[in-house]
Amino acid sequence: MNSVTEYFKGIFNGLISLLTGMTVTGKYFFKPGTTLTQQYPNNRAELKMFDKFKGEVIMPHNENNEHHCTGCGICEINCPNGSIEIISASITNEEGKKQRIIDKHIYHLGMCTFCGLCVKTCPSQALAFGQEFEHAVFDRKKLTKVLNQPGSKLMKGVE
Amino acid sequence: MEFSIYDFSSFTAWIDSSLRASMSPGWATAVEWIIIGVAILLFYAVVGLFLVYAERKVCALMQNRLGPNRVGPGGIFQTIADLIKLLFVELVPIKNADKILFNLAPYIVIIASFMAIGAIPFAKGLHAIDLDIGIFYLMAISSMGVIGVLLAGWASNNKYSLIGAMRSGAQIVSYELSVGLALVTMVVLAGTMQLSEMIEAQRWGWFIFKGHVPAVTAFVIYIIAGTAETNRGPFDLAEAESELTAGFHTEYSGIKFAFFFLAEYMNMFIIASIAATIFLGGWMPFHIYGLDGLNKVMDFIPPFFWYIGKTFGVVFLMMWLKWTFPRLRIDQLLNLEWKYLLPLNIFNLLLMAFLVLKGWHW
Amino acid sequence: MEEAVKSVVPENEEYVINMGPQHPSTHGVLRLVVSLKGEIVQNVQPHIGYIHRGIEKMCESITYPQIIHLTDRMDYLSAHINNEAVCLTVEKALGIEVSDRVKYIRTILSELTRIQSHQLFWATFGMDLGALTCFFYGLRDREKILDIFEETCGGRMIVSYNAPGGLMNDIHPNFQKRTKEFIKYFRKTIHEYDKLLTGNVIFQERTKGIGRVTREDAIGWGMTGPVGRASGFSCDVRKHNPYSAYDRVTFNEILYDEGDTFHRYKVRMDEMLESMNIIEQLIDNIPEGPWTEKMKPVIKLPEGEYFQSVETARGELGVFIVSDGNKNPFRVKFRSPNFVNLAPLNIMSKGSKIADLVAISGSLDLIIPDIDR
Repeated sequence: MNSVTEYFKGIFNGLISLLTGMTVTGKYFFKPGTTLTQQYPNNRAELKMFDKFKGEVIMPHNENNEHHCTGCGICEINCPNGSIEIISASITNEEGKKQRIIDKHIYHLGMCTFCGLCVKTCPSQALAFGQEFEHAVFDRKKLTKVLNQPGSKLMKGVE
Repeated sequence: MEFSIYDFSSFTAWIDSSLRASMSPGWATAVEWIIIGVAILLFYAVVGLFLVYAERKVCALMQNRLGPNRVGPGGIFQTIADLIKLLFVELVPIKNADKILFNLAPYIVIIASFMAIGAIPFAKGLHAIDLDIGIFYLMAISSMGVIGVLLAGWASNNKYSLIGAMRSGAQIVSYELSVGLALVTMVVLAGTMQLSEMIEAQRWGWFIFKGHVPAVTAFVIYIIAGTAETNRGPFDLAEAESELTAGFHTEYSGIKFAFFFLAEYMNMFIIASIAATIFLGGWMPFHIYGLDGLNKVMDFIPPFFWYIGKTFGVVFLMMWLKWTFPRLRIDQLLNLEWKYLLPLNIFNLLLMAFLVLKGWHW
Repeated sequence: MEEAVKSVVPENEEYVINMGPQHPSTHGVLRLVVSLKGEIVQNVQPHIGYIHRGIEKMCESITYPQIIHLTDRMDYLSAHINNEAVCLTVEKALGIEVSDRVKYIRTILSELTRIQSHQLFWATFGMDLGALTCFFYGLRDREKILDIFEETCGGRMIVSYNAPGGLMNDIHPNFQKRTKEFIKYFRKTIHEYDKLLTGNVIFQERTKGIGRVTREDAIGWGMTGPVGRASGFSCDVRKHNPYSAYDRVTFNEILYDEGDTFHRYKVRMDEMLESMNIIEQLIDNIPEGPWTEKMKPVIKLPEGEYFQSVETARGELGVFIVSDGNKNPFRVKFRSPNFVNLAPLNIMSKGSKIADLVAISGSLDLIIPDIDR
């Protein structure tokens, strides 16, 4: 007799567990406000990334088109896989001494691993992380970017 | 207690008489066959397309997402787009496969489900054929689908398809027993096997209410066994085992795969409509004996919509089952049938017979 | 394939199936050569190496701060804990003691990492067994933790937030608020997990008694993490060799005896609750202080061998650094938990059916890039 009650109890408990599971999915079906889908290309206006989001490495310029990069090359040494190439030039400044300035700060977006060491170790805080995340391009050459904008110069007072 | 439920048999009789008036009886019968065939084909196609879209929407809403929403307003043309894509797929011919059987298998599955639809009444008088052994005919016809599955597995010349087909075949044949016994339980309550008579008998209360405990048990067993018979839901190990063996329809591509796919959804629809007819009253609106006002309100909704509503309710229940539970292993599946469902079914049948004899039903 | 066939087929009547590198259920690129007799598994041979990237060799030519970003990509679901392991080894070798603030933040982020890794385990385990809605519910809840990571560390899965000496930058002001909101939300939602999968009779039939590992076998094969603890082997590094702030919090180590698939699953469910308890003890008391120690620009470890082990979501990760005094390490070796957990897959699944093999390898919660490094 014991096995018969075990049998029926097993069936009953099994059915109850199945119905409990169904209440969970049923709850989400019958409440239409619970869909979490963001319709992506249409919602670009509301889509804002967090401030610290590591989208890509950029060199911030102020309104006068000035940046902080002195061309020292510390970011190039610290980058683990060579995603940064510094091309510097040498000019004579107003005091008559030879000074190194940045000519081209080449950044290979296709190789960057977003480790953050270049941003962290720059002595003049010239680099930062930008929040742009749509990097897909049809031409691989577009993934190599020059970070200092044409015609920009070093801000006064940065050593 | 007058009822103004429109009787379609007058409409069909009018078509019949006007055809016989204009042409010889042989031709009239042939034209009627063609009309019925085209009507059922259209119904089949439209319902099939709708069911695929409905499944995707239902499963999406349960998963906190939207489902198809780009192709057409609200995504309603998604299935058509999928169908057009399937038509363009290359039909890969199989080396050393039995060509006749290979091409015949999808058609057998579809023909079996066509023939089953023919016997189900959509409204009063609106059915293709009204046999007095209606339920027996339905059970026999749905057994024909197994032949298609086994043929597909055998003719593919692929040992994994054969294993998958054998498993599907074993599953379908086992669960047919439970389906049959659950239906027989309701035949005991109704006293007749003719479908239109069964629906008439539910005029004052659907069978699931009339036959309380045994009828509800029979309904639950029927739903479980029906889902297993169509290889759906938590019983789809044979085909969702895309982990290893991809099931009996691995070697089919393009339009033939579309046939199997469509046949699976239509089988689900047929199981649901048989459940709606026998347990929930078919096209009969919800009446309570003595409440005339309620009955008149219920009669406003045409019987066809009652039928569609009930069937889609049962279809929704089957979809709910599929998207909630994990799969059963093949030996657990057969275990469930032979050790749990079958003894319960026999016990339930005896209980129902006892109930009918004592007159304890409503 | 021929030598693979010869090595796994001892007699005729068996046939060999390949669960290939691309597979929906093997959580990564793992090739399993399975020899079957009918439905019963006779022998399983895993083939690894499809995602070997040479991380240990790469570490020999880069400096110590540059190793951190490579460890993110080993066991990518325990990214923060991997970073912490390397930082702890370097700090141990240099004899640096980091500030309490750093210890607390590292512990909180590690526990959040553990929770999100177990959430993904729940999602994929349900999906492997056929309950496809579990995938969406698990990922939906995991998004909240990933938002916390994104706000503070900048990345969702690849964080690179630790550095030798402390952290890369200070935490965001919203960190505590967001974490507390998440804990409140998840304590309610975790009951759904139990209702949907743990209590389900179909799930219990599929997982109870499958793939049993005894305690002696677990110790002998070296299985750590939830897999070992489900067999009764008490191996939690956080209890035996506490690091960071683990000696200041009280939590239970989850142990079961049976060692089958169901209890491996249950250990992870209970660990999620324990992690939430740990976070609640720490989140309101983060002390003020510096977020990094002052380190030299070029880090050189003194000559010698240094080892530190941490508890990732999958087991014990050990970092072994051999240094010869230069700025690049001479040799870095990672003792990966997944590599050791994969090895007894053969003995666990001998005699069970194919569908059980999927359940067993899902319950081991393998991350293949950690095996291949």
